[in-house]
Amino acid sequence: MRFSVKTGVPLLAAALALTACGGTTGGDDDNASGGGDAGSCEDIAIGYFGALTGAAANLGINIRNGVQLAVDQFNEENADCQVGLEEYDSAGDPNQATGLATQAIGDDSVIGIVGPAFSGESDTAGPIFAEGGLPTISASATNPALSTNGWDTFHRILGNDDSQGPAAATYISDVLQAPSVFVVDDASAYGAGLAEIVNESLADAVVGEDTIQTGQTDFSATITAIRDSGAEAVFFGGYYAEAGLLVQQMRGAGVDATFVVADGVKDPGFIEAAGDAAEGTIITCPCLPPEEQQEFFTAFEEAFGSAPATYSAEAYDAANVMLEGIKEGNTDRESLLEWINDYSGEGITKQVSFDESGEVENISVWAYKVENGEIVADQEIETD
Amino acid sequence: MSFLINNFVELTVTGLVLGAVYGLVALGYTLVYGVLQLINFAHSEVWMFGSFAAVWVTVAVGVAPGSALPVVIGVLLLALLAAMTVSGGVALLLERVAYRRLIRLDAPKLVALISAIGASFALAEIMGLRDRIVGWFGLRDDLDPYVRSARDNTRFRNPLETEGLFTVGGYTVTNVDVIIIVSAVVMMIALDQFIRRTRTGKGIRAVAQDSEAAALMGVNRNRIIRATFLVGGIMAGAAALLYLMRFGVTRWNAGFLLGVKAFTAAVLGGIGNVRGALLGGFVLGLAENYGSALIGSEWRDVVAFLLLVVILLFRPTGLLGESLGRARA
Repeated sequence: MRFSVKTGVPLLAAALALTACGGTTGGDDDNASGGGDAGSCEDIAIGYFGALTGAAANLGINIRNGVQLAVDQFNEENADCQVGLEEYDSAGDPNQATGLATQAIGDDSVIGIVGPAFSGESDTAGPIFAEGGLPTISASATNPALSTNGWDTFHRILGNDDSQGPAAATYISDVLQAPSVFVVDDASAYGAGLAEIVNESLADAVVGEDTIQTGQTDFSATITAIRDSGAEAVFFGGYYAEAGLLVQQMRGAGVDATFVVADGVKDPGFIEAAGDAAEGTIITCPCLPPEEQQEFFTAFEEAFGSAPATYSAEAYDAANVMLEGIKEGNTDRESLLEWINDYSGEGITKQVSFDESGEVENISVWAYKVENGEIVADQEIETD
Repeated sequence: MSFLINNFVELTVTGLVLGAVYGLVALGYTLVYGVLQLINFAHSEVWMFGSFAAVWVTVAVGVAPGSALPVVIGVLLLALLAAMTVSGGVALLLERVAYRRLIRLDAPKLVALISAIGASFALAEIMGLRDRIVGWFGLRDDLDPYVRSARDNTRFRNPLETEGLFTVGGYTVTNVDVIIIVSAVVMMIALDQFIRRTRTGKGIRAVAQDSEAAALMGVNRNRIIRATFLVGGIMAGAAALLYLMRFGVTRWNAGFLLGVKAFTAAVLGGIGNVRGALLGGFVLGLAENYGSALIGSEWRDVVAFLLLVVILLFRPTGLLGESLGRARA
């Protein structure tokens, strides 16, 4: 496996180079540098990379739908430039991600990727995209370390956990004014990273911590520890599947500490699993409430029959950055990457521009709250 | 360490509750192993189907929490019946499709093992894709409450509200805790008596001891094998309802982890030994909780499986050790 990946990537790169050469020498007198000709749009696709199945599939489907909407709108407006959408369903599994990334690199028509959706898969797929020169914009992966690997193809269109973690901590200490906090994480790249940051930010207020496993269903030992600590708030770093079970069992055991979670839980699946136990849960998210984007909201609902959910709007923005680039004639990976790096424009979620490391430059974190079985916006969290 | 001592009662009770569920599922592994010397790796899916049957009953009946006691008991019994029926049915189907021909042809055990693993994947994916499957028949919208978010956690709308009964050592034991532990023990005793006293039970013991001799003595081996699968399935169905009462949600792949744990419980207690299954379940549940309390939840599986290895090193046949056939029971 290791051997095939190592030798496979250079081989693929060589093959790509060959076909690229073949294209320019064998083709007619088209403007080789590509100046926005209608003809240069043929056989172009952007990819969606992330979970469409698996335990946290909802988060991925929200993102895919955002991308889909952007592509559909683009194709409608540009009859002479039809862009395809390739889906790479990783099931959120870092191990499956490497094979899929190699597959995406091998598909010449794919010149940009919205994704990978989660931090764990971003971590394993990132180097492959970097080596293949395929630009990516994640609409959801928030582990801060991802942008420190020197992958020049990496971008993300939302604030990372270095802004979300302290924001969650600020909310717990300033708004909830909880003197004691218990921190739980799910040992994933996303959850553990976030819990670590919250832990550091809250410092002395943390009265206990515990790590659970994804897929675990019985949390009795963790709940005993929470009760024993007497914490008034519980922060959980992880995804909605475990969060729903955890809060439900907490309430069942009579623990009424405020449950604070982050963007990975901002999904109706959380409420579906937890039921009434979800009430009052605080969810932080570096994403604007959808009410702020009326036009997008309506179009999305029309297309998919449901309201846009977490990161649909971010995905829409990410796809649009790439689509604008394609329209401007950046129809290969190299020039699209350059386009994204230099991009500066108004998205529906924020003013979009990326810094050297691929982080988006404008960040805002919001707190949401579960009320009557709905996730509603609570307030923007001030961060410094 | 002081954490473990201060919360000893709570950790013990919740550990026993978890262990009771492990034990009931473990029965399915242990019975089939006792009779066929096969590990039925698809048994976790038998449990999973039962859990969905129980969920669907509560969806169909639509009972609100806080209903009158007779209604609550009625709904729970109906859910129990549905879970047992579906689990028993799936177990029989499994025997028919995945095993019967292989057993008749006397295929190597490894072949049956692979067949079981394949059946396990197929059953889990069928549940995970149920929204699309009913879609083929144009029933997607009609059956929406039963099939929506097929890949996500599905919540059991428990008609019984959890209530504290009495407080011991700082922990309030709930009605659900008591129901689960008592039911598991009662069912274990009932099964033990069934195997000890009834004609079918004698048949099961006879086939487990020496299937050829049993056949010569006029025991219908195929019928006994079917009965074994059915009994294991029924127990898994009961375990499914008890699990839902405590943990509240199920999922298409929830069987996998539970299956591994239940199988471990069966081996720990002595595979092929009915009483050992429940004992193994209790020991495993307690070990997981104590282990989590001592060094943190991320170590619970390490502690539990380390214990398994240590016990098997000293008692290779498990805690109770006797096989189904040789057991006096």
